[in-house]
Amino acid sequence: MPTFKQIGFYVDQSNCTGCKACQIACKDKHDNPVGVSWRRVAEYTGGSNETDTADGSFRTNVFTYYTSMACNHCADPICVEVCPSTAMHKGENGIVSVDPDICIGCRYCEMACPYSAPQFDAAKGVMTKCDFCADFLAEGRDPACVASCPSRVLDYGEIDDLRAKYGTESGIEPLPDPSITRPNLVITPHRDAQGSGHGTGAVANPEEI
Amino acid sequence: MTREDHVIERGSSPAPDRRTFLRWSAITGGAAGVATVATGCGPTPLGLQAAAPDPDGVAPGREKIVWSACNVNCGSRCPLRLAVVDGTIVRVDPDNTGDNSIGSQQIRACVRGRSIRQRIYSAERLKKPMRRVGPRGGGQWEEISWDEAFTTIATTLRRLIKDHGNESIYINYGTGVLGATVATSWPPSSSAVARLMNCVGGFLNQYNDYSAANIETAVDFHYGGWTTSNSNDDTVNANLVLMFGNNPHETRMSGGGEVFVTQTAKKESGHRVIVFDPRYTDTAMNLADEWVPIRPGTDAALVAGFAHVMITEKLLDQGFLDTYCSGFDEEHMPAGVPAGLSYRSYVLGQGPDEVEKTPEWAAKISGVSAGDIRRLAREIATTERVSINQGWGPQRHANGENQSRAPMLLSNMIGAVGISGGGTGCREGWAGLPMAAFPVLENPIRPVLPVYRWTEAILRGKGMTYRDGIRDSKDVNGNANVTNDVTLDSNIKFIWLYGSNCLVNQHGDINETIKILSDETKCEMIVNIENQMTVSARYSDILLPDVTTAEQVDLSAQQSAGNLGYAIFTDRAIEPMYDSMPVYEQLTGIAEKLGVKQKFTEGRTQEDWVRWIVDESRKTVPGLPSFEQFRKQGIYKTRLEPVIALKDFRDDPKKNPLPTPSGKIEIFSSNLYRMSKDWPMEKGNVITPTPEYFAAREMPGDPLQQRYPLQCIGHHYKARTHSSYGNSPWLKEAHPQMVWVSTVDATDRNIRDGDQVRVFNDRGQLQLPAHVTKRIAPGVISVPQGAWYSPEKPGGLDHGGSVNVLTSLHPTPYAKANGQHSNLVQIERA
Repeated sequence: MPTFKQIGFYVDQSNCTGCKACQIACKDKHDNPVGVSWRRVAEYTGGSNETDTADGSFRTNVFTYYTSMACNHCADPICVEVCPSTAMHKGENGIVSVDPDICIGCRYCEMACPYSAPQFDAAKGVMTKCDFCADFLAEGRDPACVASCPSRVLDYGEIDDLRAKYGTESGIEPLPDPSITRPNLVITPHRDAQGSGHGTGAVANPEEI
Repeated sequence: MTREDHVIERGSSPAPDRRTFLRWSAITGGAAGVATVATGCGPTPLGLQAAAPDPDGVAPGREKIVWSACNVNCGSRCPLRLAVVDGTIVRVDPDNTGDNSIGSQQIRACVRGRSIRQRIYSAERLKKPMRRVGPRGGGQWEEISWDEAFTTIATTLRRLIKDHGNESIYINYGTGVLGATVATSWPPSSSAVARLMNCVGGFLNQYNDYSAANIETAVDFHYGGWTTSNSNDDTVNANLVLMFGNNPHETRMSGGGEVFVTQTAKKESGHRVIVFDPRYTDTAMNLADEWVPIRPGTDAALVAGFAHVMITEKLLDQGFLDTYCSGFDEEHMPAGVPAGLSYRSYVLGQGPDEVEKTPEWAAKISGVSAGDIRRLAREIATTERVSINQGWGPQRHANGENQSRAPMLLSNMIGAVGISGGGTGCREGWAGLPMAAFPVLENPIRPVLPVYRWTEAILRGKGMTYRDGIRDSKDVNGNANVTNDVTLDSNIKFIWLYGSNCLVNQHGDINETIKILSDETKCEMIVNIENQMTVSARYSDILLPDVTTAEQVDLSAQQSAGNLGYAIFTDRAIEPMYDSMPVYEQLTGIAEKLGVKQKFTEGRTQEDWVRWIVDESRKTVPGLPSFEQFRKQGIYKTRLEPVIALKDFRDDPKKNPLPTPSGKIEIFSSNLYRMSKDWPMEKGNVITPTPEYFAAREMPGDPLQQRYPLQCIGHHYKARTHSSYGNSPWLKEAHPQMVWVSTVDATDRNIRDGDQVRVFNDRGQLQLPAHVTKRIAPGVISVPQGAWYSPEKPGGLDHGGSVNVLTSLHPTPYAKANGQHSNLVQIERA
């Protein structure tokens, strides 16, 4: 059974098509209902697209890119920090988990997390979140999202190895400044990606993330 | 490749608690399902099904993996490995064979296939045979026994065949189970339903399909018969790839199909990609280096603008045009045609319209600026090895035949046909294994109906001729049916639907179609074999509950995946749910009532047929494993050669002429010229021998724009394959149904993102949320096609967001096909 000092995710944003196979594979693996999405995909769009009044032709410099996001199992997990019940904790392999037997469903972690990783399951009355498919990891299998990606843009592993292989970028709009929680995440940016805090576009699918 | 080798393709209720679909066997079923299905017969008794001993000897509570597939009509084909515990599917796993190389790739299912448990365990599964009570479409049903259903259907078939002939029996287009083999639903003439009908004298067949009917007809005249472009794996040899309305990243979404192949080919070669599309699609934002927004239906004008630059700046591949083509210029025209009708004359203003097709002319129509037209024309003409392909959205327009021929013509002008790194301008091809098919016997009926005209044939089929698009089954190629001596002798009196939502929802003009169907003296019986309470099921007379792919033994032949050849053994993962039955067994029951059971089955069960098909396939696919081994390994893959379309013709045009009258590429089609003189034209329709631009109905410039100023298209949506998966709560959440409206048009109408809006024209109206975006050209809106029609009352406002309340039944000029993207509409805040 492989073990990690600190496990992390990698996203090759340059090839993400926004299909959400990762989101559905995650739901399928974990039997999550509508409203509980441990992995989500943000669409970020900007630029302009207008019609030239002289000849009716189009003038555009629109840009769009997607960011597939689960939990980043942060080095400074603010969800753990704000949890009043100790249900949220950082455990084996650096995975941040919530203990449903302890969780009181106060949703502070949901409010605090800038990545919307903790998700409230109304039917269960507790918080739920990405557990990095810990059972699959124990069997030596890839997490469901990683194995599902049609474009092969997701990867995972020891975060130091991921950074050595793919670089250290994780501050891309619409994600927050990584200094807040120190996410264990590496992104290869889309050609039009903009840095956190320096974006000129907007999230185009706020209801879906 | 044959015509059949290519792929064809199409109020939210609260999500059921996950237990209702995940653990159906652990609940006293029916309750959730019947509430949604709205049957008139109360809850279906279902009860607990005790876990049967597992035939594979897997211990209770332990997991086993069963190979299956997603069989819908996206153009890809994905294996699914179903994790089964105690007779319930608990998870979907992806393909675990292959790698990340083109030709041996792992085939990772897309967002839709990964949600398949929500189809299998849908609350809207049909559970029992049912018969309509009350008016057609009224939603009232009574349960009947399988025996009564079989008897009723057989009795009615006998009577209608006796009174009206076999030509009165129609099998409608249906692609919900396209990927299966014994249980395949498309083409209808290859389905088990066709085999049954062929045991009793045949049926009225159709030609072409809803996906691509205009190009399927036009290509006959341009290249002589069906052809694709090169396969996408061959684009590693191209320096430039042009995609006209081709959007694999939202349509053929498989991670073993064209998403994987296009992304990997671009990574390997570094070629430049340009996408022409009214939307900044997920292909454009991901794969393309340049997006060229274009007004829907104007691709032929853009290409004429390109041609003007290439002609006037002497950038044509004149050698290719002179050797391989007929009708580009006045020196290469068929005998007996007056001067001035060549394509060159059309472009230079030396034809009948005397209008020069300058870049400025093309810019006004297409929305692509004159500067961009000049720049792109020079780039296209001066780049070595340019691969041009098209999706099928551009040809689903009222001028769809010429739309489809324009990219073909562009690839002719630069001589890109038949070479590696080039292409024909048609849809991308793919290499496939020659797997055997389920044999369906012979259909002796000669008239063949254009796929889009069955509603017309319900009203006035009797007497339809070639001028209405009727073709002769002896040879359905367009060139063979410029004239023919076949007349349809009956209206349609009986419709079979199998895996089909093309009765209502995917056919055009829903309100008009419902009106035609409501007269029960015209089409007298509609039988629907289906596993979900679809919109078409609501308008049927007898519902026969089908199983899903997971509940039967079959094979899935591959689809578009570059040069990867593969086949999937789709085994039975779980027992048939409720009182459902595989289509083959259903039709066996009807065959028995018709006295043809032995002829229909030849004594074989479905599994026997699968075994027979594997054995037959091993004669043409030498590496294919035996039935037992195939069943065990689930998938067979092998790397094939890339498709270089029309290579034989390019290599030796004398020895390998095209099946056109001239043997060459007919830029001026002599047969279309004949038809333009002989075929009567519906209002607004024109047949032109060359692929020139004309503004058909509901194109920019139509006076109707005074009332309905916006062009409305219906793009394929990631949440569905046509209407398949349209009732999945997970997918509705991931990709909600919304109308795309440009920021410019939304601002003009005070519409904000998320607002409920009404979209309407004279044919119908629908209401849905607005997605205000910069990713669509101003003046264009898009209602993603395939959402399930859900009217407040028949003919009233649709809350389901089905674009076909807005579309027209008006046939295109000579394909007599669907122009479902040609719709002028208005939109306002609801």
